[in-house]
Amino acid sequence: MSGEEGVIEKISGPLIIADKMRGCEMYEVIKVGEEGLLGETIRLDGALAYVQVYEDTTGLKPGEPVVRTKAPLSVELGPGILKNFYDGIQRPLEDIKHKVGDYITRGVRVDALNRTTKWDFAPTAEEGKEVVGGDILGEVPETKVIKHKILVPPGISGKILELKAGEFTVNDCIARIQTDGEDVELTMMQKWPVRKGRSYKEKLDPEVPLLTGQRINDTFFPIAKGGTGAIPGGFGTGKTVMQHQLARWSDAQVIVYIGCGERGNEMTEVLEDFPKLIDPYSGEKLMERSTLIANTSNMPVAAREASIYTGITLAEYYRDMGYDTAIQADSTSRWAEALREISGRLEEMPGEEGYPAYLATRLANFYERAGRVKTLCSDSEDRIGSVTVVGAVSPPGGDFSEPVTQNTLRVVGVFWALDSTLADRRHFPAISWLRSYSLYLGNLREWFNKPSSPDFTEQQEEMMALLQKEAELQEIVQLVGADALPARERGTLEVARMIREDFLQQNAYHDIDSFCSLEKQYLMARIVLQWYNHANELVEQGIGVENLEGMKIKGTIARMKYVPSDEFKAKYEEIMRDMKDEFEAVKKREE
Amino acid sequence: MAVDTSAREYTTIREAAGPLIVVENIEGVSYGEVVKIVTPDGEEKNGQVLEVSSGLAVVQVFEGTSGIDTSKTRVRFTGDIMRISVSQDMVGRFFDGLGRPRDGGPEIIPEDRLSVIGAAINPTARDYPREFIQTGISTIDGMNTLVRGQKLPIFSGAGMPHNALAAQIARQAKVLSSGEPFSVVFAAMGITHEEASFFIHDFERTGAIERIVAFLNLADDPAIERIITPKMALTTAEFLAYEYDMHILVILTDMTNYCEALREISAAREEVPSRRGYPGYMYTDLSTNYERAGRIKGRNGTITQIPILSMPDDDITHPIPDLTGYITEGQFVLSRELHRRGIYPPVDVLPSLSRLMNEGIGPERTREDHSGVSNQLYSGYAEGRDMRDLVAVVGEEALTSRDKKFLEFSDEFEKRFVTQSRNEDRSIEETLDLGWELLAALPEGELKRIDEHIIKKYHPQYRAKA
Repeated sequence: MSGEEGVIEKISGPLIIADKMRGCEMYEVIKVGEEGLLGETIRLDGALAYVQVYEDTTGLKPGEPVVRTKAPLSVELGPGILKNFYDGIQRPLEDIKHKVGDYITRGVRVDALNRTTKWDFAPTAEEGKEVVGGDILGEVPETKVIKHKILVPPGISGKILELKAGEFTVNDCIARIQTDGEDVELTMMQKWPVRKGRSYKEKLDPEVPLLTGQRINDTFFPIAKGGTGAIPGGFGTGKTVMQHQLARWSDAQVIVYIGCGERGNEMTEVLEDFPKLIDPYSGEKLMERSTLIANTSNMPVAAREASIYTGITLAEYYRDMGYDTAIQADSTSRWAEALREISGRLEEMPGEEGYPAYLATRLANFYERAGRVKTLCSDSEDRIGSVTVVGAVSPPGGDFSEPVTQNTLRVVGVFWALDSTLADRRHFPAISWLRSYSLYLGNLREWFNKPSSPDFTEQQEEMMALLQKEAELQEIVQLVGADALPARERGTLEVARMIREDFLQQNAYHDIDSFCSLEKQYLMARIVLQWYNHANELVEQGIGVENLEGMKIKGTIARMKYVPSDEFKAKYEEIMRDMKDEFEAVKKREE
Repeated sequence: MAVDTSAREYTTIREAAGPLIVVENIEGVSYGEVVKIVTPDGEEKNGQVLEVSSGLAVVQVFEGTSGIDTSKTRVRFTGDIMRISVSQDMVGRFFDGLGRPRDGGPEIIPEDRLSVIGAAINPTARDYPREFIQTGISTIDGMNTLVRGQKLPIFSGAGMPHNALAAQIARQAKVLSSGEPFSVVFAAMGITHEEASFFIHDFERTGAIERIVAFLNLADDPAIERIITPKMALTTAEFLAYEYDMHILVILTDMTNYCEALREISAAREEVPSRRGYPGYMYTDLSTNYERAGRIKGRNGTITQIPILSMPDDDITHPIPDLTGYITEGQFVLSRELHRRGIYPPVDVLPSLSRLMNEGIGPERTREDHSGVSNQLYSGYAEGRDMRDLVAVVGEEALTSRDKKFLEFSDEFEKRFVTQSRNEDRSIEETLDLGWELLAALPEGELKRIDEHIIKKYHPQYRAKA
């Protein structure tokens, strides 16, 4: 069959060159060799097709057959994605294990969505109704917390001729639609090419925060639902822990966690944790709302390149149902390195540090798929969903001037800069308050300053100013010692230390401190600032700062983070009272 | 895969450059295939296909290309991928970098011939490492705990006692609860004869030699062979761990030499270099070695890795330590400053880290106060070191009394906690108690990292009363 089958001409690592491939398209899926290893064309040159192979190529020979599939790399969308655990090209890892054992060998074929599981489909539309792509036909209780909406695939519109109810597999017909041309049978599964963003009606401004339960993220550098964020940091600064924390505690309804070229044991940790940990919002297990994609560092590098696209397409699909979804991609640097490796094999002209010149474009395309949108559906309905993207970046040597970090910063809205000097002294999360920023602060101001916390941003700004001031004072202290500072400044140093240690530091491994509700954050900030007001009062009355040192309340404040969120309101009242009493006692004693 | 047994032999070398040869007019050669090369002098060399297109193969020659000519040299493609013969009898034996006996003993009678390219462990098949290994070294056990199945490298520099430390770990390492079979697989890449014999003598002296498998590629052995040495060692380790339920500690030294060899081949292939001339795929390549550490559900054996690498010019941002740190589960960093001051082991705890520590410590594993003590020691020492910098500028008089206490604490910490002798095997209780002794010098209000009830139970002040 000419045009559908070619032969291997050359093999070089994950790249093969196939001959007799005229007519082949870019990014078409190709089956390579006798074993039919999966690959994708990434360059065409006359009758030659350059194919990146998603599996190990050892043992392939020139002359072996190469078969076109005439379809781009796609994911299967339908019930069964959640609670699942995929590799970079959406093969379920559990199924691979059942088939071939503990190691991932090549040439394994497994379906992304289980073909035999029966799902309980309950129609919500009616027969006879006119529908367009994106309209909801019915629901499937996919997990305890997520109702999987079955959508009319984009591009199909017409009248519902038949709509079934009951138990079906993803291959069974559940509806028939009369379109302009012919009648179309719909199943619960649709396919979508991973490199193409799913369509939507309109992009909206991000004005709702994605709460993360992490004090420095929510209070200081918040990310919006539909926003983008980057976490760059050298090794050991806590990128992965941060990503795990966001996956665990953020108030997105669906989480897609992508382990892109990272450690195997880290994925195992997520795999063990998520079925155990409780989501603070739904009260159910975290796994009920998550799907995981793992392409560890030693798995084939081309599949690593595909993994982030696989992940974001899954997230977009749930967005289209009206859910707020969030992606944690750890780490985008490994993705960029995969890109570099393939580019090198293609002998392309390298850009900065050997990365291909199109690195910036690819990164921007990926992050631009985030957003809060009005989804596709009939005009009579209005559905809003969002995809929030947080990418970890692993800059070589912790040097943020390298191309992946710099190109990422150009397109993301939040920069959580991890600092190795903070990590060295076990200040976690090691997010530098001086270098980080959030571009969403302005958009989100109104939301944060809701009636229950009218001065939320004011408090945040005050704390930030104190930390800035501390940084300036530290320079002086380095020269003359703290003793030489005036009393007021020493008070500032004291409260800044309190903000750093008692507010910003948060222990991801502590049962209670791991998650901090926004209300608790607000009240904690209030306590710290109140302490500062009292201290200032004392200083202004000429009472020496050394009196502040041994105060008992400082110990209480240091431990307030370990008070559960739901008990915090009461604790807050108690601390405020005790604090007032102790300061008054000091004042009396000194007078 | 069907193996073509009719091995094909050619004398059609077109080009030899650096460690590579290009063979033309070939047929049926597969990517990754093993190649035997016989020079006109009759010397046999080994190689592997790096790139193949119709009629042309690029082969890397492990022993180097000296003696190879373009008319008489015979190249035989074996039709098989790189394999190693493995057997339980390998324990106690010494091999060269390609897995051939080097101790004058007989050939291994293989129980199996395994591919040296390890397939990736399915993350769903992994068991999370959480069994505490007691090394008897306080800075490791107390502050950067090693667990079974972890990969934890030593970042060192030329002239520092990383070998002594690795040997001490290999000698003293034990799991508290068990007397299970335990073995060391030792892979040397490009280290000097002296360094290798240090290890061997140390193992001999302590009787550990009986449970060791060593793969030695020394400094004067072929450089390209080093590419394969860790793969030989790790394949053997996997065999012993998963077929014979043994707990294996793999020591890989020195990974810097391995990476140099990688760079040499990459340069010879005229690939686009990444940082400092190292190939862009070095991260992936290193991970295929390091990620072979771990535990697998349902199998008893484990593989723990301690790679050693010397940081060129003590630079932790150099690509080799940098990429390693991104793959391994932490690192021990040796400090030249501590070493100069005569402190052994010169482990600088601040940049050191064990990522798997949290799961390996605590009640039933070590002791309930472990996490708190470790965190408090860290922050106390970090603060003390800051004071040290400050004192250098403003003098000790300018410090507050609180700051002075931290300064003294950091000195004591280095003198008593970090320092121990090369044969000192401290139990985890001794390590933690020592930690408490030092912490007791700080005001109790400063012990913010430790839960109150733990302080009440373990702080020497309360213990004395009890």
